Amino acid sequence: MDTMRDRFISTASRLLDEEPRLAVVLADISADGFAPALRAHPDRVINVGIREQLLVGAGAGMALTGMRPIVHTFASFLVERPFEQVKLDFGHQGVGGILVSAGGSYDWPAGGFTHMSPGDVALLDTLDGWTVHVPGHPDEAEALLRESVAGDDRVYVRLSLQANREALPVSGSAGFAVVREGRRGTVIAVGPMLDDVLAATEGLDVTVLYATTVRPFDAAGVRRAAAAATTADVVIVEPYLAGTSTAAAGEALIDLPHRVLGLGVGRAELRRYGQMEEHLAAHGLDPRGLRQRIGGFLRP
Amino acid sequence: MTNTTAATARGPRAFPDLARLIALMTGAEKHAPAAHSTLDALWVLYDRVLRVTPETVDAPERDRFLLSKGHGPMAYYAVLAAHGFFDEELLPGFGAYDSPLGHHPDRMLVPGAEIGSGSLGHGLPLAVGTVLGLRAQGLTDPRVWVLIGDAELDEGSNHEAIAHAGPAGLEQLHTLVIDNASATHGWPGGIASRFASAGWAAVTVDGRDHEALHAAFTTPHPGRPLAVVARVEPKS
Repeated sequence: MDTMRDRFISTASRLLDEEPRLAVVLADISADGFAPALRAHPDRVINVGIREQLLVGAGAGMALTGMRPIVHTFASFLVERPFEQVKLDFGHQGVGGILVSAGGSYDWPAGGFTHMSPGDVALLDTLDGWTVHVPGHPDEAEALLRESVAGDDRVYVRLSLQANREALPVSGSAGFAVVREGRRGTVIAVGPMLDDVLAATEGLDVTVLYATTVRPFDAAGVRRAAAAATTADVVIVEPYLAGTSTAAAGEALIDLPHRVLGLGVGRAELRRYGQMEEHLAAHGLDPRGLRQRIGGFLRP
Repeated sequence: MTNTTAATARGPRAFPDLARLIALMTGAEKHAPAAHSTLDALWVLYDRVLRVTPETVDAPERDRFLLSKGHGPMAYYAVLAAHGFFDEELLPGFGAYDSPLGHHPDRMLVPGAEIGSGSLGHGLPLAVGTVLGLRAQGLTDPRVWVLIGDAELDEGSNHEAIAHAGPAGLEQLHTLVIDNASATHGWPGGIASRFASAGWAAVTVDGRDHEALHAAFTTPHPGRPLAVVARVEPKS
């Protein structure tokens, strides 16, 4: 199966043929994959070199002229390094664009902490007006990208090598999907965490919601699921910094007595290399770790 | 230094009127010395070079002027008001809560402002993208100007843009550097050489001499972006 990043490249390359307003701005990352598209559309596929402030600024400048830019590199160099460009050149200037990241929290663990970006969504959460998509499968990444290209807003699409076995139908406007129904509580699985969450909650009497668009947060869906259970106990499992969405979940449940547990990537730097599976286990995000913490949180 | 003004002015107001307009902006302007370093260059640009009017602020084929050095925008506001982009009645409100005219400009509030600025080093990358966006739409006639300061040039983002725009041959791109010698470590070897070595056409000119500015602004630069370094009296 292709990766989400492969699918992003093939989909964006096709969309360039169909959408005259679309542009792709790169900073060397994925430039090989986009080489055919660059030959076909030399004025709309721009590689600025290893210059991430310019990457974001130039993308926003294209948006000022009415183009719909896709701006792409690894998450750490797309959101963290040029964060002020994201804040000012898109947000303050009042223009839209699509940031598409690869690398996620630990797609390349052997590359170490410089190439890990568990804080990207939390950082974007300090800004207004960003839609955040976290697809869990290449098919979902394609659907959410196509939807984003058709819009005018500010969108972040977080691609990862971690993926679920099967895709679900997704849309940014559909809200969280109910994957399993139960009575002891609600577990929200974000994007690529779904398979491990389903494995971890096997046999537990809980509702499982699946979220691929986390901003805006589907407060009504969470409220509905929590109100249908015997207690408004909610666990949210995210593939980035633990607790990124606990405030949003708390706001959704403001008029119910509730408890919220946020699971995700720990703040402490592990200083470990290895494989993604080892990092998932180290952060307690493998089925065993999830089962232990979700089971411990839910009331009998 | 010479000020050739009324003879060349074709705007609704003449250059000497700018002093009166600036004086309308009373209050706690924090960047007053910088404000006036840009005055002559801005006047010549809007009066004789830029093809944009209050009627064409949304026209795709207009020239764009991006004020990157957002500090000291009084000269900018005065020039915009003098050319009718907004009414001079707005000027006395400069910096007030409900005024569109802040101590740094906001494009969402100021008629005629192409970008909001204040944080240094954002305008030139935005200008690069503006040229790329125009070119991608077949709009190869509009010219894009961005004004930066010599101290602003300290910001590394500018150098990312300079190094890209030269080899990319962005002929529609023009950078005006107002040099009042305020960069803490200076620019040994000159500012123009930074642009020239990246493949730009670059000229240095007296930033108070309107004819010299006009000649510099209209220097032919086929296949390359143009940098004009306008030197004014050093910031005290």
